[in-house]
Amino acid sequence: MGSRPAQQFADPFHVIAPTGYAVMQAQVAQGTATAAAPLLTVRDVSVVFGGITALNGVSFDMQKGQVLALIGPNGAGKTTLFNCLSRLYQPSAGDILMDGVSILTRPPHRISEIGIGRTFQNVALFPNLSVLDNARVGAHSHTNSDIISDSLRLPRSRSVEVAINKKVLRILDYLELTHLAHTNVAGLPFGTQKRVELARALATDPTILLLDEPAGGLNHEEVYVLGDLVKRIRDERHITVLLVEHHMGMVMKIADHIVVLNFGRKLAEGTPKQIQNDPEVLKAYLGDTAK
Amino acid sequence: MSTVQETFATTKSPSTELPAGKSNALGRNLSLLILLVMLVVPLFVRNFVIFQITMVLIYGIAVLALNILTGGSGQFSLGQSAFYALGAYTSGILMEHLGVNYALTLPVAGMVCFAAGFLFGFPALRLSGIYLALATFALAVAMPQLLKLGIFEHWTGGVQGLVVTKPDAPFDLPISQDAWLYYFTLAVTLVIYITSIFLLKSRSGRAMMAIRDNEIAASAMGVDVSLYKTLAFGISAGITGIAGGLGAIAVQFVAPDSYTIQLAIALFLGMVVGGVGWLPGSFAGAAFIVFVPNLAEEISKGLSGAFFGVLLLVVIYLVPHGAKQVATFAESLIDKLRKT
Repeated sequence: MGSRPAQQFADPFHVIAPTGYAVMQAQVAQGTATAAAPLLTVRDVSVVFGGITALNGVSFDMQKGQVLALIGPNGAGKTTLFNCLSRLYQPSAGDILMDGVSILTRPPHRISEIGIGRTFQNVALFPNLSVLDNARVGAHSHTNSDIISDSLRLPRSRSVEVAINKKVLRILDYLELTHLAHTNVAGLPFGTQKRVELARALATDPTILLLDEPAGGLNHEEVYVLGDLVKRIRDERHITVLLVEHHMGMVMKIADHIVVLNFGRKLAEGTPKQIQNDPEVLKAYLGDTAK
Repeated sequence: MSTVQETFATTKSPSTELPAGKSNALGRNLSLLILLVMLVVPLFVRNFVIFQITMVLIYGIAVLALNILTGGSGQFSLGQSAFYALGAYTSGILMEHLGVNYALTLPVAGMVCFAAGFLFGFPALRLSGIYLALATFALAVAMPQLLKLGIFEHWTGGVQGLVVTKPDAPFDLPISQDAWLYYFTLAVTLVIYITSIFLLKSRSGRAMMAIRDNEIAASAMGVDVSLYKTLAFGISAGITGIAGGLGAIAVQFVAPDSYTIQLAIALFLGMVVGGVGWLPGSFAGAAFIVFVPNLAEEISKGLSGAFFGVLLLVVIYLVPHGAKQVATFAESLIDKLRKT
């Protein structure tokens, strides 16, 4: 998981992107632009592993304040795309722009600082740390310290710590985790661990929150509580959410916009209603004979 | 944060009061009690025992350094003896060849070893788990031979090593050299122990522990994995170097064969016996590696190694998490007694 291979790739769009953004802003100023500038643009992204094409020219836009769901059958490339967004994979072609600027030149650890936070498919917490410390690590990217002032607990380090605690305690309170602050996460129930992971992701101050199958492993009731929570996070904290999810009930309930992938290609895109009635989508999910 | 935001934050935040948490250090009262005992001990024991306790503190520092690396950042090392040797030689050479004051040689030894450890940390980034342990093992095996090399002989004294002068107590204090060295070591130990605890409880320390637990997640949270892994190596090596320097002063002698792989393994053992990741345990582990071999020798001269092995097995069988486990058990016992 090195940052090196990511940096080796030259990024052809990086130079162009700001210009495109400037043009768009000019259009906005003149009143000629039809839609608001997308927060995130995925443009012709392809990923090839060995000889297998996991993603093939996928493009879509994400608007600010949306809950966008990425769905598709197993192996459709959802998680691959997700990992491109968090810079774990390097696309072999295409570009991903945030606010018009490519993110592909950034190493994985410099993704959270531009406001992309994430959770993981099967929960990737720090099992030996407390709930509080897990969330505090989330605040890492927006703070600064060095080992000398940290070891000597200099005023600089102490004020950083105060700021981190203030932020993190409010998030724990928001997600009703305060009473568990000093508990190690390893022993917590799965649903609670998911909430801790959400708290950790919120501590990165995300503009975009990437949720990888948040409903996986949860029971019926928990799924609906989670769905409401995601909506609340979007509405109250003004965070745009990108959701990869198998649980159709949840997707249809909370998503504003859905992108359907199948065999690495974008199959359809639209509102939940449009997607539910799309013959191509039904075919992909239910097979040819259905209908 | 501006004052406006500050007031906003305080009025908005509903519950910033938290129940007290467990920590990786001892409680304040217990720490002070132990410190008090440590301060008066030299008044009641023979010089040789004072020397032994000094060695416990010195090895304790080295075990603590390994604990920061393994318990903190999750990287293994069987090469701590190499950094210990480097620190010892740095101090020895500075004192004997350049006439530097013994106390001033320690920061230099620390910095030299920090640099060496930091540089070694880069190739180590490509290795993990047992492979990293093997790479550091190679370092430990190579070190004594490197120290014997002819080109360094003028400085290192080659196979003969260097004899280091034992410092006298300053200001004509009426205490023996051993007692003075003990207090000096105790002061250095205290500084290193406290700063290490501070470090592990800080933003940097949490970043290291996050890497230990899950590298990918740590990276997604903005932790520069390469940087903190190499830093952990550097810090660990630096502290080990200071221990090495202190060891050279206490033993009054540095020679290549004092710093073989056996020392690295002893330090590793000390860490396991003390409890991986629990800093106070480092000193319990150090006491184990200093006193238990003597104990084994008292049981049987001819089979001391075998008896040491048996004692080690007994400890690991009874308390697999080492001194940390004993401490947790004692804590819960005291809690129970208080309640009744």
